[in-house]
Amino acid sequence: MAPVIEITGLTKTYKSGLQALKPIDLTIGKGEIFALLGPNGAGKTTLISITCGIVTPTAGTVTADGHDIQKDYRAARSKIGLVPQELTTDAFETVLATVSFSRGLFGRAPNPAFIEQLLRDLSLWDKRNDKLRTLSGGMKRRVMIAKALSHEPDILFLDEPTAGVDVELRRDMWNLVRGLRDKGVTIILTTHYIEEAEEMADRVGVILKGELILVEQTATLMKKLGKKTLTLNLQEPLAAVPPELAEWSPTLKAEGNELEYVFDSNLEKTGVPSLLRRLSDLGIAFKDLHTSQSSLEDIFVSLVHKDRAGDRTGAAA
Amino acid sequence: MNSLTFNGHGVWAIYKFEMARALRTVWQSIVTPVITTALYFVVFGSAIGSRMTEIDGVPYGAFIVPGLIMLSLFTQSIFNASFGIYFPKFTGTIYELLSAPVSPLEIVIAYVGAAATKSAVLGLIILATAALFVPLRILHPIEMLAFLILISTTFSLFGFIIGIWADGFEQLQMIPMLVVTPLTFLGGSFYSIDMLPPVWRTITLFNPVVYLISGFRWTFYGSGDVGIGVSLAATLGFLFVCLAVVSWIFRTGYRLKN
Ligand SMILES: Nc1ncnc2c1ncn2[C@@H]1O[C@H](COP(=O)(O)OP(=O)(O)O)[C@@H](O)[C@H]1O
Ligand SMILES: [Mg+2]
Repeated sequence: MAPVIEITGLTKTYKSGLQALKPIDLTIGKGEIFALLGPNGAGKTTLISITCGIVTPTAGTVTADGHDIQKDYRAARSKIGLVPQELTTDAFETVLATVSFSRGLFGRAPNPAFIEQLLRDLSLWDKRNDKLRTLSGGMKRRVMIAKALSHEPDILFLDEPTAGVDVELRRDMWNLVRGLRDKGVTIILTTHYIEEAEEMADRVGVILKGELILVEQTATLMKKLGKKTLTLNLQEPLAAVPPELAEWSPTLKAEGNELEYVFDSNLEKTGVPSLLRRLSDLGIAFKDLHTSQSSLEDIFVSLVHKDRAGDRTGAAA
Repeated sequence: MNSLTFNGHGVWAIYKFEMARALRTVWQSIVTPVITTALYFVVFGSAIGSRMTEIDGVPYGAFIVPGLIMLSLFTQSIFNASFGIYFPKFTGTIYELLSAPVSPLEIVIAYVGAAATKSAVLGLIILATAALFVPLRILHPIEMLAFLILISTTFSLFGFIIGIWADGFEQLQMIPMLVVTPLTFLGGSFYSIDMLPPVWRTITLFNPVVYLISGFRWTFYGSGDVGIGVSLAATLGFLFVCLAVVSWIFRTGYRLKN
């Protein structure tokens, strides 16, 4: 796949002294849907803002379709559309006026037929003469998407497109994203929902505290993320894990009242039935049980640890 | 197709947007300054002016017209241009401008062009209003128009700088209220500086606004407090200072980008 975004050695330290991005290297291919996954404050918006020209990088380079975003910013920016995280619109403008404005701003000649189709696709056509301040949050978000697409960009950035968005808009948005991908548009989106990355993206990059800690095909990552925790609320507290349970290496929680077992839900043999059988053999009774997906934060932390361990075998730390 | 060298569509989009904003707030943009100016004519031109002698052979009511137009040009240019760029900063919509393939020069042309257009039109409306109150005579109409446009552009540029610098609405008002209006009142809008005692006259010559008003008055009545050449040089000097500051702002990303 031909690269369309190439990021090399990109860092950002804000004036406050906070380093929002440690050196980042990332290549995104043409027509790809790439998800940047990471908790709040990880640096997702900073990375996007630099690529789009809103924030100046401290060091490193970014090219969009071969054009340097600083030296050749006109060519680079005219390829890019951005739907920012914050809903910011000109309250007193109408939908049609603000979307047409965006197209002009990005150097495109007016094309009323294209704009009409775009507004229809986003269910905005009936509202075209409405002032933006009269629209609901969901409708404003649609307007921001229309603005970003008004100049027919080849690369679309969606910064947390589904944060606070209703089901209907979410579905429309994903349909739109798929439609754009079919037209060859490259899409980079950020999210902190694993499920969203899984559903939409071809590839996922995990970013944590300004570090891109891994980039994987979505399917590969999902295998790594398939960890679940089984929690058993015991009838009687245990003082220690019985040696007979060693092969599952469970842990005791809540002063011995809970037994926790972490397993890989992707495996054929999760070890759950055999553990339960062994417990009944041992006469350890439980009142209740539940399984849970590890929280995103937990998963990130475990990924970082794994990654670090891998680094250490390769290089003297 | 996309190898833009000048983003004309972009400049036009911003210019249209800014002009549309003025038309939406036509009351604030045009009616208010016109009423204010009319009040000045009633008070200074008719009530007080009828008891004043002519200045340099010009009736007092007519004498103050160029100064009054200048006062409006200064404040409206600054207000329009500073608000135009400050507001997107305030609401956050500036993200779009920063991410668009428009050069700093194009941004300045669009915002300053729109603000200057608005105040030049306003200046002409005030001139027409004035003609209803006092007998007007314009010796050098072409130069008058050129000066009107030059001053509108220069002060719009100055306003643009204020808009970028400002962190809040108070700062937006501060320079026009605390600097420009006093300098204009003291800069010979309502009197010829020849009427002042010698010491004050010398002090007044340090007020740059004197040169602007004097030049504009020259285009009407063929005489001013200082020579037209000096006036023109002072105006162009201020224009170049503003241009230099704007280009520095864009080179450094000052207050626009993190
Ligand atoms: N303008 C700014 N000035 C200083 N620090 C900032 C600024 N913008 C973001 N940050 C900091 O940079 C870090 C990354 O922020 P951001 O890129 O918004 O993360 P994300 O989008 O992943 O939530 C955070 O710690 C945030 O507080
Ligand atoms: Mg963010």
